[in-house]
Amino acid sequence: MKEIYLDNNATTKVDERVFEEMRPYFCELYGNPSSMHFFGGQVQKKVDEARSRVASLLGALPDEIVFTACGTESDNAAIRSALEVFPEKRHIITSRVEHPAVLTQCRNLSKRGYRVTELNVDGNGQLDLAELERLVDEDTAIVSLMYANNETGVIFPIEEAAKIVKKKGALFHTDAVQAVGKIPLNMAESAIDMLSLSGHKLHAPKGVGVLYVRRGTPFRPMLVGGHQERGRRAGTENTASIIAMGKACELAEQYMADEAGRVREMRDRLERELTALIPNTRINGGGTDRLPNTVSIAMEFVEGEGILLLLSEKGICASSGSACTSGSLEPSHVLRAMGVPFTCAHGSIRFSLSRFTTDDDIDAVITELPPIISRLRSMSPFGREFLNK
Amino acid sequence: MWDYTDKVKEHFLNPRNVGEITDADAVGEVGSLACGDALKLFIKLDENKERIVDAKFQTFGCGSAIASSSALTEMVKGKTLDEALEITNQQIADFLGGLPEEKMHCSVMGQEALEVAIAKYRGVDAPAHDHGHDHVETEGELVCKCFGLTDVFLKKVIASNKLTTAEQVTHFTKAGGACGGCIPKIKELIAEVMGEEKKTAAERPAKLTNLRKMQLIQETLENEVRPQLWADGGDLELIDIDGSNVQVAFRKACAGCASSGYTAKFVEQKLRELVSPDITVQEVQG
Repeated sequence: MKEIYLDNNATTKVDERVFEEMRPYFCELYGNPSSMHFFGGQVQKKVDEARSRVASLLGALPDEIVFTACGTESDNAAIRSALEVFPEKRHIITSRVEHPAVLTQCRNLSKRGYRVTELNVDGNGQLDLAELERLVDEDTAIVSLMYANNETGVIFPIEEAAKIVKKKGALFHTDAVQAVGKIPLNMAESAIDMLSLSGHKLHAPKGVGVLYVRRGTPFRPMLVGGHQERGRRAGTENTASIIAMGKACELAEQYMADEAGRVREMRDRLERELTALIPNTRINGGGTDRLPNTVSIAMEFVEGEGILLLLSEKGICASSGSACTSGSLEPSHVLRAMGVPFTCAHGSIRFSLSRFTTDDDIDAVITELPPIISRLRSMSPFGREFLNK
Repeated sequence: MWDYTDKVKEHFLNPRNVGEITDADAVGEVGSLACGDALKLFIKLDENKERIVDAKFQTFGCGSAIASSSALTEMVKGKTLDEALEITNQQIADFLGGLPEEKMHCSVMGQEALEVAIAKYRGVDAPAHDHGHDHVETEGELVCKCFGLTDVFLKKVIASNKLTTAEQVTHFTKAGGACGGCIPKIKELIAEVMGEEKKTAAERPAKLTNLRKMQLIQETLENEVRPQLWADGGDLELIDIDGSNVQVAFRKACAGCASSGYTAKFVEQKLRELVSPDITVQEVQG
């Protein structure tokens, strides 16, 4: 069965051009970039080129780019660094809708004597900057807020937030794993101190990430050992994946217009047609700024896992905010923080598009999803009560 | 992705007996929208009101909830009510070739709906697992507030499925799976059930060995005491343990603090509460 892949916020296909770029660095050009000989030196040049390519996408300087193993490592390293830089500060601010890479770490720190504030979001999943301004104080070591939400695509006003935080002398970190490559970022005109990104969300392979650290921002490494990454992340470089990451960022820059144009149009059409064809639906975060590639659609009286399994029978790959698919028993913490009622939080499905998505893929969902929902609603005791009304 | 058996997938994709029976003899309803799954079971008896001739269901829930409901309706047909009551949640899971442990609560839901339906038909109080929106009296003390589960129900599931950890209880019943506030209580219930089963077996000595006591003192200081001191910029160091006498030295803001006497009392109180009531705490220089 040919897959119709609409789960690009979970992970993406490695672009063939990215794969070609990294391929020689396994069996042929396998040298260690730190070596003194020509064989390592030529790899060092490619790693430097990758660093410049990542920097270019972010509007950053090459020496502000630290390669890591994943987005989670970047998030962990940023927060831990800030706490070491300010040993006397014991307050951390984040939001209730962060990715577990940030939220779990903050909650663990709260058990170790840190004061952790989780900012609320409104019904659209949007932040209240006045609340942030009120809560950030001289004791705050770091504020970590995501650029765009992985489940709903909601974009936070990160630049405004960063400015508020900088006035109080705290460091500002953003998990931009979902935003990079989908919307333009420019660190040259930004107040952000640290920013995380992940390779496999933008058509590079799994196992490589980046932490952007602004020049002059104090930093303490999480991994210590060798001098790699200017002492900010020890461990021999994952050369092939770093080179892939560079290529992926170069391509992302070229495709930025495609994201804002073609991808957004396909997403908008999907949203429009599904809400017209399926009664009792709503778009989570529909009233605010969102990524061009993401739609989270809540459908009442059905449960997400059943929808995903039936979509999967048709080759369609999507994701859900339902409890049953995640191993936990509560629906997504993001949807609950937004106050999405239980009746539709369990039935929320996320479709996330990419540069490889086609109009045929969108047509397939528009054809297949409505009958799946009517079928599950007709089986549900609540769906029937509602349909009989 | 869940590792469902082919039989689970088949029953999910082609569920048997979906729908309602308008002149049903018995109806059992468990679960709710908030819980994330719910099942309404309809049963029709023969003319002599002895055997089940038809069963239908409506289910809101995940793939395994729908498959479990489908399996249940197939299993009860042709059985007397007493025979149907013998069906356990494990048998429902076995009928489907097994369920992932995290999904065992789906089979429990099927068995509950059946018990509720039969109890209502017979006009007796249903057993104490009628959480959700069914209107039968609940028995026992409410343990899991998120999913509305009582101690009587949980103990029954723990005993019949020989569960030994709180995590397993969550997989089977959902209890403790949302806010997690009742997990300590669930652990107590497990201990209680296991204790009841062990009564005939040899009693184990309940005495705290010196080794265990020292470990507990260290764990309590690390997990319960020091984080609180850190929050105020202080700290302490464990110097020695001599029987029940615990010697500590205060560090950072606590060192030389005028109220370190109170802090020592706080440490003592914590250790008495969590380790042993005979503990004394002594502040030493070190």
